Amino acid sequence: MSAKKNLYTKEFAARLYETMSTIRKFEESVKHDFLAGEIPGFTHSYIGEEAIATGVCAALRPDDVIASTHRGHGHCVAKGADVKRMMAEIFGKRTGLCQGRGGSMHIADFSIGMLGANGVVGGGYNLATGAALAFKNVLKTDQVAVVFFGDGASNRGTFHEALNAASAWQLPVVFVCEMNCWASTTPYRSICNVENISDRAVGYGIPGVVVDGQDPLAVYEATKEAVKRARGGKGPTLIEAKTCRIEGHYVGDPELYRDKQEVRKLFRETDPLLLFRKKTAELGLMTAEECDEIDKRCDQKIKEAKDFAMTSEYPDESEYLKYVYCE
Amino acid sequence: MRTITFSQATLEAMAEEMTRDEKIFVMGEDIARQGGIFGQFKGLAQQFPGRVLDTPISETFIAGGGVGAAMAGARPVIDMHYVDFIGVCMDEVLNQMAKARYMFGGQAKIPLVLRAPDGIINQAAAQHSQSLEAWLTHIPGLRVVTPSNPYDAKMVLKAAIHSDDPVIYLESKVLYKEKGEVPEIEDEKPYELGKAKVVRNGKDVTIVSYSIGMKNALGAADILAKDGIEAEVIDLISLSPWDKETVFNSVKKTHRLCIVHEAVKQSGFGAEIAATAAEEIIEYLDAPILRYGSPFCPIAFAPTLEKKVKIFPEDLVEGIKGMF
Repeated sequence: MSAKKNLYTKEFAARLYETMSTIRKFEESVKHDFLAGEIPGFTHSYIGEEAIATGVCAALRPDDVIASTHRGHGHCVAKGADVKRMMAEIFGKRTGLCQGRGGSMHIADFSIGMLGANGVVGGGYNLATGAALAFKNVLKTDQVAVVFFGDGASNRGTFHEALNAASAWQLPVVFVCEMNCWASTTPYRSICNVENISDRAVGYGIPGVVVDGQDPLAVYEATKEAVKRARGGKGPTLIEAKTCRIEGHYVGDPELYRDKQEVRKLFRETDPLLLFRKKTAELGLMTAEECDEIDKRCDQKIKEAKDFAMTSEYPDESEYLKYVYCE
Repeated sequence: MRTITFSQATLEAMAEEMTRDEKIFVMGEDIARQGGIFGQFKGLAQQFPGRVLDTPISETFIAGGGVGAAMAGARPVIDMHYVDFIGVCMDEVLNQMAKARYMFGGQAKIPLVLRAPDGIINQAAAQHSQSLEAWLTHIPGLRVVTPSNPYDAKMVLKAAIHSDDPVIYLESKVLYKEKGEVPEIEDEKPYELGKAKVVRNGKDVTIVSYSIGMKNALGAADILAKDGIEAEVIDLISLSPWDKETVFNSVKKTHRLCIVHEAVKQSGFGAEIAATAAEEIIEYLDAPILRYGSPFCPIAFAPTLEKKVKIFPEDLVEGIKGMF
């Protein structure tokens, strides 16, 4: 057995694969139901990017927190949310995590430290940085905050304000860029003259790391290191996970701005689930049958989640004012 | 009774609350070393080491970081330097602070106070003189308060800090040095957010105002009294929610309503009061509702122009006399 193989247990690998598979099945189910007109609003798919949320959240403690994005289902699953209540929220039902007040773009589960998806691109940096400030300066805990964001969001001014403050005060926050190369419908390099977002870390005096965002183990390792620094009082890290956005910006996006065949080809080459199956087989951690078994279980779990959502009630209209203010 | 300034009253409120609850912290620009540009935080950083933070000039971080800290369990008081700068972080106010509790189905609690000095002062000109309360009262999820004297400054700030909802605390720059009676005892009856006060009784006309506008309301009432017109003066104190009941009870008695604020008249908060009165109690009114606010233009620098947009008690007196 090689030294590399001994780094991870079979259970750990299976856990990562199960998280990725859950996200994949969840997103496929949401896509199907959205296109069938059963899910209202907008939804943005995390298909192809599963390894990032999975690897990052595997390196976190349950009491650490994450701030998510409009493409937030994967983060929510990976942090440990109940997929039934997630699905119910996406269907707008009262059994949903936000009791039907939020939907896909505002999905949140504060009980597991998932501080919310965000309908505003670049809206999460300051929330996570503020949470980190509270942990370090006010509550005196050793919790860590993570913010996910895309390359599109990296051009918001909030990026600068949060990174600068986090660095100035050495706050326990990890910035995770999901570099999927598309800002909605606009290619990243047509609106930014820098190849790596993580190069910007130099300007803040913090570590910047590029990692393969299709490999949950690579993402896990980078995050583990960043979390260790953060928890140890050494401040923030900027991680850039290179990934691919396989679906359109939103489910139903006609994708007039790119060649769909090329995207499909890219997906065949970079599908993180397939790559992980291959890698774990090589490492002797999991067999194809074991992965199939996990897929089957996840399939069943998502079917149950959909049933739960479909059979749940909408919130009663008399409750529309509930939660505008504290009672 | 003891007399202290508006600024000292806010400081006392902060110190008392920070002593009571260690989860309260303060952040903003120039508040720790400088003590606030108007001295309204003077000495607080020394009294509470590590809990009063000078931030970078980064309003989106101040507001968004405040929201994140509140989500994590802290109770932030954040300072906006001038209310004019709230434009820089309007997303954090509008889409994060105000929405978090509702859109997450009650999971989030945002016990945050955003302090923001407002109003015309010393030719500060277009970007440092505005009164933006109407903007903020248009956003469900926020509470908006704006006291007019030292006693209320203290009690309302304490109530804002106690609240589990985000509260915008608008403080008139001109009022900071204003002195008033504030009892020393800490167990004064707490202010209940949303309540107005009748500060002068009268039977002929109701004048509604808040913050610096109260100078005009009370000034006009003094002049009118000499002419035999008894004005009832109401200090709203809280704009969102606002105390409709107190205002309407008064108007039902006086049958005349005059509203005054320093903010631009067009779409100003006075419009909300006037429209609601027209909707709900028009049958009690013996005269058209009078509204005073700044003309629809930015605040100029030159003293002649700055003075031109300001309202004076005499303006109200003239209008109110025309109601009879």
